[in-house]
Amino acid sequence: MADVKIDTKVTVVALVENEPGVLNRIASLFRRRAFNIDSLTVGRTHKPHISRMTIRVDAGPEYARKIATNLQKLVNVIDVRIIDDEPHIERDLALIKVRNDDADSRNTITEICDRYPARIVDVGPKVAIIEIVGTETIIEEFIEQVQPTGIVEMIRTGVVSMGRGTRIHDTNFINRRTLLEAAAKARNGNGRIV
Amino acid sequence: MKLKGSEIIMESLLREGVDVMFGYPGGAILPTYDAMSQYEDRLHHVLVRHEQGASHMADGYSRATGKVGVCIATSGPGATNLVTGLATAMMDSSAIVAITGQVPIPAIGSDAFQETDVTGVTLPITKHNYLVTDVGELAYTIKEAFHIARTGRPGPVLVDVPKDVQIAETEFTWPEDDVVLPGYDPPWAAKDDEINAALRLIAEAERPIILAGHGIMMSGAMNEVRELAERAQIPVSLTLLGKGAMPEDHPLVIGMMGMHGEASSNLAIQEADLLIALGMRFDDRVTGNLKTYAQNAKKIHIDIDRSEINKNVKADVGIAGDLKTVLTQLLPRLEGKSHPKWIGLIRDWLEDSSERDILNYETPGILLTAQVVNDIWKLTGGDAITVTDVGQHQMLEAQYYPHQRPSTLLTSGGLGTMGFGFPAAIGAKFGAPDEEIWAIVGDGGFQMTLCEMATAVQENVNVNIAIINNNFLGMVRQWQELFFEKRYQATPMVNPDFCKLADAYGIPNRCVTKRDEIEEAVRFAQSIDGPTLIEFVVEKEEMVYPMVPAGADLHDMKRRPKPGEV
Repeated sequence: MADVKIDTKVTVVALVENEPGVLNRIASLFRRRAFNIDSLTVGRTHKPHISRMTIRVDAGPEYARKIATNLQKLVNVIDVRIIDDEPHIERDLALIKVRNDDADSRNTITEICDRYPARIVDVGPKVAIIEIVGTETIIEEFIEQVQPTGIVEMIRTGVVSMGRGTRIHDTNFINRRTLLEAAAKARNGNGRIV
Repeated sequence: MKLKGSEIIMESLLREGVDVMFGYPGGAILPTYDAMSQYEDRLHHVLVRHEQGASHMADGYSRATGKVGVCIATSGPGATNLVTGLATAMMDSSAIVAITGQVPIPAIGSDAFQETDVTGVTLPITKHNYLVTDVGELAYTIKEAFHIARTGRPGPVLVDVPKDVQIAETEFTWPEDDVVLPGYDPPWAAKDDEINAALRLIAEAERPIILAGHGIMMSGAMNEVRELAERAQIPVSLTLLGKGAMPEDHPLVIGMMGMHGEASSNLAIQEADLLIALGMRFDDRVTGNLKTYAQNAKKIHIDIDRSEINKNVKADVGIAGDLKTVLTQLLPRLEGKSHPKWIGLIRDWLEDSSERDILNYETPGILLTAQVVNDIWKLTGGDAITVTDVGQHQMLEAQYYPHQRPSTLLTSGGLGTMGFGFPAAIGAKFGAPDEEIWAIVGDGGFQMTLCEMATAVQENVNVNIAIINNNFLGMVRQWQELFFEKRYQATPMVNPDFCKLADAYGIPNRCVTKRDEIEEAVRFAQSIDGPTLIEFVVEKEEMVYPMVPAGADLHDMKRRPKPGEV
């Protein structure tokens, strides 16, 4: 039988309160329940007190549900969704430093970059940095292509993901911080908590 | 009104209905202790002898009352000493708020004297925790902490307060509005289709069984569970922490389940065609080998913690919700049923079990734990609150002290914390001053927290300590006998003279070596308004049966021998 690689990766998107220690709580949960993280990205949203995480784990769908319910239990986690269940866009970004010290390698790199959503963002006499943005699969493919030329350094952001269409992850939440800020504003007009 | 952080802590505790707290002072919490003096008449502080005791007392208080127990400790070692108690409370869903001092904010992270990253240390063993860095947020934080501790699936919450936050002043206003936590919304009611699906399974079942857990009592659903059992004639098996969820003399109650559960319960679970799991979490001590667990049964699982559903056992109908609310939705549409054949079968198993009962043995010259526990049951009218430690005596308590009322057996089930029993009993007495309280502990566990005898004396707490002394770490010894060819490595104990020890603390005491001495000793303990201690010197190599070896199939029990087989 052919060696079929079954993709068991699951993408979980979580909205969390932007508080100190939240990342630690989530990481601790994954460690404690022995869930293996493939990638985890976190960044602010357009609401200052809410951050959004995309967590990619190597787990089957059943396992993913366990992860989701455990994440949901954390007080600072507002909303959890397994994004694979719905149509979605996913992007990963990689910076790849490649050998660039002869005409041959320069040509190969340029030629490969033309075929992918990639561009050369820094060129020196010996190495160049390529930036590529795309799905995880595309990036994997791209890496395979440039590998023979000689990758000397690489970094990836990990996958970020967003559902398509009008089903949105609501960020209209109030929390203690917004309440406190409002109360302080009402008290002394400058919004600072005294 | 401008108040210091320390005073805000006191004001906030008062507003949360706290009347007693268990704690131990130290450098980083000193401002809060200083503020206590103004509140002494309303907020009683119990000085423990070790912070672990404080956390178990808060836990015992919470289990006995259903209210939030409070413990206080200083930074560093004070806070780390709470850890065992917090983990215990976490596993058994006990509502505790722990307040710890922390080094001043500028010193945090500098390895200052008595500094520990307490929120980091306690992160996996608390339901939630806080480091308060702004005195303006202190009142909100404490309010949130109590809300999180007592609602949903209860649990311990820790609030770490740096010393400078305790000293800083701010305008104090108690947040009267409800707590706003966008990420915290415990499930409540069931959906209609979930109720329908559950009703359908109950209607179809021929061999149903209710698995009654701790959640029944925490939700206050005792009457609803009883009605469900009676109306549909479903036998009820209890988890260790579920004892008291239904009166144990009720004809439908068929005993405790699990590793040391009754054969009638375990066999019924394995033979059942429907498990109705109520407020329980299919712990491995309850299920044995999951692969062979209740294979022919459909499962209805109702629990307030969504992550428990489908965690260990796959549910055909899984309902995340408050049990009382869900059963109140379900009961009006439940049709009466009867299962005479099924109940008859279980009755046969029950009869077989009672034939094997240790209490039917003649045991001249030796005293058995089962006899001690059963006699205490008789002499307390079966109506005391018993608080146990962990081990053989705990299992024998569960087998030989039937409980009629909810929350009258307090025991560390999930974490199995030795040293829990005695301090938890002290805490329980503060919560339930009118109850007769018995700490039933082993010689091993008692020695882990016996320093709290001084606390019991200083506060004159009317707790009766029953030490079941077999000069062994009995349960470990039992495992060594069964699975390690009797190599008794590190289980025999050379113990102090417990009665002399009690004398040293000024605690009235008795030593019992024969069965006919039990009554006098128990009556003596009952007659004294204050702590008492009875040492029961029991058979050294007693066994607890039935027993399902760890990981074995639930029906694969080592049964109690029949009289004559011994």
